Amino acid sequence: MRTLVRALHLDMVLFTGLLLLAGVGLVALYSATGESMTMLNRQLLRLGIAFTALLVMAQIPADNLKRWSPWIYALGIGLLAVVLVMGEMGKGAQRWLDLGFVRFQPSELMKIAVPMMVAWYLADRPLPPRFLEVVAAGLLALIPMVLIARQPDLGTALLVGAAGLLVVFLAGIRWRIIFALGALALVALPVLWHFMRPYQRQRVLTLLNPESDPLGAGYHIIQSKIAIGSGGLYGKGWLNGTQSQLEFLPERSTDFIFAVYAEEFGLLGGLLLLSLYLLVILRGLYISVKAQDAYARLLGGSLSLTFFVYLFVNVGMVSGLLPVVGVPLPLVSYGGSSMVTLLAAFGILMSIHSHRRLLAR
Amino acid sequence: MSDSPDKLSAVRRHVVLGLFVLGFAVLLGRGLDLQVLKQDFLRGEGDARHLRVVSIPAHRGMILDRNGEPLAVSTPVDSVWANPQETLQAPERLAELARVLGMDRGDLQRRLAERAGREFVYLRRHVNPDVAAQVQQLGVPGVALQREFRRYYPMGEVAAHVLGFTNIDDRGQEGLELALNERLTGQPGAKRVVRDRLGRVIRDVENIRPARPGGDITLTLDQRVQYLAYRELKAAVQAHGARSGSAVIMDVHTGDILAMVNQPSHNPNNRGSLRREASRNRAVTDLFEPGSTIKPFTVAAALESGSINPRMTLDTAPGTFRVGNHTIRDIRNYGRVDLTTMLAKSSNIGASKLALGMESEHLWRTLHQAGLGRGTGSGFPGEASGLLRDFYFWRDVDRATLAFGYGVSVTPLQLTRAYAALANEGVMPAPRFLADQPVLPGEPVMSPAVARELRAMLEVAVTTEGTGHRARVEGYRVAGKTGTARKSGAGGYNEERFVAMFAGFAPASHPRLVMVVVIDEPAGEEYYGGQVAAPVFSKIMQGALRLLDVPPDDVPSIRAVTAGAGRGPA
Repeated sequence: MRTLVRALHLDMVLFTGLLLLAGVGLVALYSATGESMTMLNRQLLRLGIAFTALLVMAQIPADNLKRWSPWIYALGIGLLAVVLVMGEMGKGAQRWLDLGFVRFQPSELMKIAVPMMVAWYLADRPLPPRFLEVVAAGLLALIPMVLIARQPDLGTALLVGAAGLLVVFLAGIRWRIIFALGALALVALPVLWHFMRPYQRQRVLTLLNPESDPLGAGYHIIQSKIAIGSGGLYGKGWLNGTQSQLEFLPERSTDFIFAVYAEEFGLLGGLLLLSLYLLVILRGLYISVKAQDAYARLLGGSLSLTFFVYLFVNVGMVSGLLPVVGVPLPLVSYGGSSMVTLLAAFGILMSIHSHRRLLAR
Repeated sequence: MSDSPDKLSAVRRHVVLGLFVLGFAVLLGRGLDLQVLKQDFLRGEGDARHLRVVSIPAHRGMILDRNGEPLAVSTPVDSVWANPQETLQAPERLAELARVLGMDRGDLQRRLAERAGREFVYLRRHVNPDVAAQVQQLGVPGVALQREFRRYYPMGEVAAHVLGFTNIDDRGQEGLELALNERLTGQPGAKRVVRDRLGRVIRDVENIRPARPGGDITLTLDQRVQYLAYRELKAAVQAHGARSGSAVIMDVHTGDILAMVNQPSHNPNNRGSLRREASRNRAVTDLFEPGSTIKPFTVAAALESGSINPRMTLDTAPGTFRVGNHTIRDIRNYGRVDLTTMLAKSSNIGASKLALGMESEHLWRTLHQAGLGRGTGSGFPGEASGLLRDFYFWRDVDRATLAFGYGVSVTPLQLTRAYAALANEGVMPAPRFLADQPVLPGEPVMSPAVARELRAMLEVAVTTEGTGHRARVEGYRVAGKTGTARKSGAGGYNEERFVAMFAGFAPASHPRLVMVVVIDEPAGEEYYGGQVAAPVFSKIMQGALRLLDVPPDDVPSIRAVTAGAGRGPA
C-alpha cells in the first residue's frame, strides 16, 4: 500500500482530505439536486476525470513543469485571444472552445498557467524581486486577468489574477510596495466602478443593501442567508432543508450549494467542512514550505492559497459578505471544468512533495 | 537588500498564516452570526416564505328527500388560479397553459395582465379532473389548483324550482339553497401547509381547525311523487301550448309538501342555460285569481254565518244576474239548484247570491282564515303574499265577483293550503318543507261539520254530474273543484287568456293528499279547468296515492275495472 502510494506519487494526507471533501460534496449535491441520481452520476464522472488529472499531474516532476511554464502560458494567452475573437464574432459571451468531444475553457488553464509563469519568471532571480521585476510579474498576471474579465467572467478573472499576484507576494515584495499598491487600488476603485458593467455594479450595490430589491438582484443573497440561518447550530437534517428543497434558493446545486449544506447540517456541519478545507490547504502550504526550490515553493504556495481564495470568495458570497461573483465551492458545487483544474493543481502539489524525496536521494 | 531571503520568507510565512487564520475566523464568525445569533430571525423569514395558512373548504350539506334520496349533493372539484406576478414572468409558458385550459392565449395573457397587481386570479373554475392533472404537471410558475365543490342536482329540472341553485362559490342563490344557505354551508377549516416557490402545496404541517361540513337537510318532498308530478305537468303544459304551470301536493294533516313542480323549468346542473322565468318557483311566487276554486269557501262562509243551510236552494235562472251595472253569467241556465249542484255546475250566479246574502265582514273573515291572499310563512325566497282587500272597501259588485274568485290573488301554495282545511275537518295545516321542522298545529278555518258538508259536496263535483269529472281516480273517491279564471290585463279582463285550475283531495273518505294544478294560458280549444287541469290532477293523484300506499276507498269502482279489464287491483 505504502509503495503503491509512493509509486503513484500520492500524498496521503492531501489525497484523503480531497476524497473526504468530494464525498461531503456528493452528499450535499444529492440533496441540492432534489435527490437526482442522474446529476449525481454525472458529478461522479467529473470527479473521476478530475482525480485522473490529479494522478497525471502527480507523475510530472516540478522541474519539467518549470521548463514548460512559458510555453503553457503562451498557449493559454493565445487560446484566450481566440476565445475573445470568436466571442466578438458570435456576438455574445464566450468562455469555451468547442473541441468536438469536449468543451475547453482556456481560462481554467490559466488558473494554473499564470502562477507557473510568474513563479518561473521570479524563481531564478534574486529574491526579493526588485520593483521593475514586480511590475513585470504583475503584468504577467494582469494581462490574462483582463482578457478573462472581458469574456466576461469576473469570478475566474479574479481567481487567475489572485493566483499570479500571490506568487509575487510570496516571492517577497517589500511592504512599502504592497502598501503603495494597496493605496493605488483604493484610488482605482472609483475608476474600476466606472468601467464595471451595469450588472456587476448592481451586484455590489445589492451586497451593500440586499433588501433594496428583494425579488430581483437581492433575492439570491436574502434566500441564501435565510437558508444558512435557519440551519442553526445542528441543521435541519439531510434532505430536510426547506428553503433549498422547496426551490426558494436559486442555483442551489452550483454556486449556492453551501447554503443548502449549511441549512441541513448547521454550524457544526459547516465547521466540519471548513476543517476539511483547512486540512487540505495547510497540507498544501506545508508541502510548499518544504519544497526544495523557489519555483516549487512559489507555485505550491500560490496554488494552496488560491484554493483558499476560492473557498473564501464562495462562502463569503453565499453568506452575504462578498458580492455575488460566479465562483463555485471547490469540489462540492455541481460542475466540471473548475474541478479538473483544482485537482490538477493538487496533483502538482503532490508531485512537488513526492519528487522532492526522489531528488534528495 | 537588508532582509535575508530566509528571514524574509519566515516573515512571509507568518503573514500568510495570519491572513489565512483571519480568513477562516471571518467565515466562522459569519457562521455564528447567521446560524446562532440571527437564527430565529432568519428561520422566521424562511418560514414566512414557505409556510402558509390555507383554508380547507367545507362540504356543503346535502339536500335529501323524505326517504333519504339525494336531491342536491356537492362533489369536490378543482379550480385553476394563478398569481399574475409570477406567471407573467414566464410568458413563454402561457401558450401551453392556455392550450390545457382550452383558452385563447391572448385572453389568458389579458386576464393576467389586467390583474397584474394582484396575487390571485381564477383562470378557470371547476375544471375536469384530467385538466387539473395536466395543469399540475405543467408546473407553470404561479399557477396552482384550488379545491372547491360543485353542486350536483340528480333530479335536474324536476326539482329545480324548489331546490334553487348555488353560484360558483357554492353559495345559495335561489330556492331552498338560498333559504337554507346558513344551515347547508359548512365552516371552512384551516391548516398550515408547506408551499414551494411555485405556490404548490408540498405537504401539510398541522391542522389548525378541521373543516366542519354543512348540515344535511331532509325535505318533506317525495322524489317519486315529485318526478311523477313533474312529468304529468310538463306533458299537459306542452299538450295545451300553455305558458306555464304549477302543481303542489300536500299532506292534509301535517302540511308536508310532497311535491311542488313548475313549468317552464331549467337544468340546474348547467347554469349556462338559466333563464330568469324558468327558475321561478311559480307555485310560491306567482299570483293568480282563483276563479271558481274559491266557491267552496264562499259556501263555507255562508254555512258558517248561518245565512243558509245545506238543504236550501238558490235560484240561478235565467243564467244572468245584474249587480250594479255588472252582469254575472253562468254558462247555462241551471235554474233552481241546491248547494251541491251549485258547486258541481260551478254556478257564478249562485255563488254571488250567497255572497250578497251575508255580511261582507263574514265572507272576508272566512277567506282570510283560509289563508287566501295571505302569506303561508313557508320562508321560501320570493314568496308572494297575494291580496285580499279589506272588506271596508267592498262594493256589492266586489262582493259578488269575489264569491267566484275575482278581486283576490293567491299563490298555488295558498290554494293548496286552503283546500287542506276542507279535507282536514276545517283545520288548515301550515306548509312544511323540512322534515325536521315540528308539525305546527293547524289554524281552524271552519267548523268540522261545515268542512264535512263541503267534502261531500265537492265529491259530487268530481262525478259525472260535475265539471271536475275528469279528475276522477280509479279506486279512490276524489273531492275537488275546477276553476277557469279570465286573466286580467291592461284594460280589464281578457276574453281569450285563461288560467285553468283544479284543486282537490283524495281519498274523500279519509283525505290524505291535497293537490292544486294551475295551468296558465292554455292555447288550444280546451281551456276550462275541468278540461286542462283536472286530467293532470287525476294522473298525478292516482300515482301518488299508489306510491304512498294509500288504501283505496272506492272498492266498487275497482271491481268494475277489474271485471272489465281483467287486471288485479294496483
